[in-house]
Amino acid sequence: MSSGTFAAYRPILIAIAALAALPLAVPMLVGAGLFAGPNTFYNLMIFILIITLAAQGWNIAGGYGGQFSFGHAAFFGTGAYAQAVLQTRYGVNAWAALPVAMALGGLVGAVIGLLAFRARLRGSYFALVTLAFAEVFRILANATPITGGAAGTLVPLRIGFGQMQFDAPAAFFYLALAFVAVVLILNRLLERSRFGAWLVAVRENEDAARALGVDTLTVKLKAITLSAAITAVAGALYTQKFLYVDANIAYGAWISVEALLAPIVGGIGTVFGPLIGAIALIGLGEAAKTVIHAAFGSAVPGVDLVVYGLLLIVVIAFAPRGLIGLLRTGGGR
Amino acid sequence: MFRSYPPQIVLEAVLNGLLTGAVYALVALGLTLVYGVLHIINFAHGAMLTLAMFAVLVAHLGFGIDPYLAILPLTPLFFAFGYGLQRFVISPASRNDDGAILLVTLGLSIVIENLLLAIFRSDTRSLTLDYSFSVVDLGFALLSLPRVIGFGVALVVAAALWAILALTDTGKAIRAVAKEKLGASLVGIDVNHIYAVTFGLGAATLAVAACLLMPSFYVNPRVGNAFVLVAFTVVVLGGMGSIAGALVGGLVIGVVESLSGLYLGESLGQIGIFLIFILVLLFRPTGLFGAKA
Repeated sequence: MSSGTFAAYRPILIAIAALAALPLAVPMLVGAGLFAGPNTFYNLMIFILIITLAAQGWNIAGGYGGQFSFGHAAFFGTGAYAQAVLQTRYGVNAWAALPVAMALGGLVGAVIGLLAFRARLRGSYFALVTLAFAEVFRILANATPITGGAAGTLVPLRIGFGQMQFDAPAAFFYLALAFVAVVLILNRLLERSRFGAWLVAVRENEDAARALGVDTLTVKLKAITLSAAITAVAGALYTQKFLYVDANIAYGAWISVEALLAPIVGGIGTVFGPLIGAIALIGLGEAAKTVIHAAFGSAVPGVDLVVYGLLLIVVIAFAPRGLIGLLRTGGGR
Repeated sequence: MFRSYPPQIVLEAVLNGLLTGAVYALVALGLTLVYGVLHIINFAHGAMLTLAMFAVLVAHLGFGIDPYLAILPLTPLFFAFGYGLQRFVISPASRNDDGAILLVTLGLSIVIENLLLAIFRSDTRSLTLDYSFSVVDLGFALLSLPRVIGFGVALVVAAALWAILALTDTGKAIRAVAKEKLGASLVGIDVNHIYAVTFGLGAATLAVAACLLMPSFYVNPRVGNAFVLVAFTVVVLGGMGSIAGALVGGLVIGVVESLSGLYLGESLGQIGIFLIFILVLLFRPTGLFGAKA
């Protein structure tokens, strides 16, 4: 590895090391009253990492490739349900179920991509068709017996490394962090590859890319498949963390929105965008909930989401390249 | 799974589908109008419908205004709201870039929906009116009175909207901007003003739709989502930007929903709509009436 190559990965390694060291700060954060206890901290961090992973998936097709999906729930949900159903109905081990969940998510991505891209859907049309597919999956999952229908699927609690269920909350934190770390590095590899260059070319000007000999259909298909597979892993991790899925969680619009908000707020088409966006969104959302709770004496539903929406509008208005763009240049456009 | 029904029940399902479809068409009209002129999907459309439905609720519970009378104050109010939203929020925030407009309207929908959730909580509410359960007896079928009224008013509004576009100077300017933005601005049309007027008209049709829906429907902060997905389907089916397409598309979708509900049951009934949505997008993205992709 030449020094130039190492330099490209140094920020990623530093970020991973910093996140990995976070548990050391837990006693201090809890002591300062920021978190009720270590579990609150870990639950929040694990949720942020799962959303980061889903957003990292979205960022590949949406950020680098410019294909704005409004239906990544289709992939998240497929991963989540596969992870749950394989264990409960087919007795598959959790670790063995994970790659299958990932592959199934990728397959769903490839099929939706093939249909949409062959029909030459772009922009608003692509957004709408992905949204519709996610809704079809949601309605089907709510009505078919294999997914447990409206009651959902409960994964039995069996603590043990072999079941991917851990007693110590830090263990699941490191598991989720490992996946995020792998995708951070994968993202950088992608950026520096020929495929990554083609993908960006498709985003910038698809017709020009095709004229220059880029097989745009294949490039977009590969991107949506990889994108879907990563988001499916996020779904599978969600199942392992909460041990329960139903149609509104797995295929709900909420995850499609979170998966696209995080990269856009953080910095679309960048390695760190999804991570920074997820931390900013969920962090600010939690802060708003706490402040409102203190001000009104009771929890008010929807406050965190109001913050998400406002943040999205503000970022688009004043920092189109996201928080990362703001950090890099100290200014917007 | 498929049962056979006597023709009368099927006929009644078709008629009810047409009645619902007219309101779908009305919701879709605003969406298609905005798409035709600004060439973007307004993702806040559903949330704005929810807002309008809550406005009807508050007007009735707070001021005792009948939902049908509420059309008079709410329509201009929502026109102003839509106008302001486009002129002072969407346009400046997105610098009229397509992708950015899409995301700003998504942001607005999240904000509106969750502000309503924070204020009204997630409870489902409905109005109790003397005529909520009145029926019209056609001899061969019984139809709900509020839905018959909804059908009639929706058609009148569609005709009015068509007249505005076809006969007035503003309508002419809207059509000019839709066809050729640059050319329109060169002949002295204020494009930003026309964008905002279009958005205002879209919001105004939602106010009417909300007034027509509330006597026979319920409202909660998420109710608009169900309508907007149907409205997307209607718009795609009818051809993005086509008023006649939205009208026919709305009626078709209403009937499809009613019949698939009859034959597939409540939970799977909605599948029919989305399958049409996906099939049209994949095989005929210009819709039935659209001219270009």
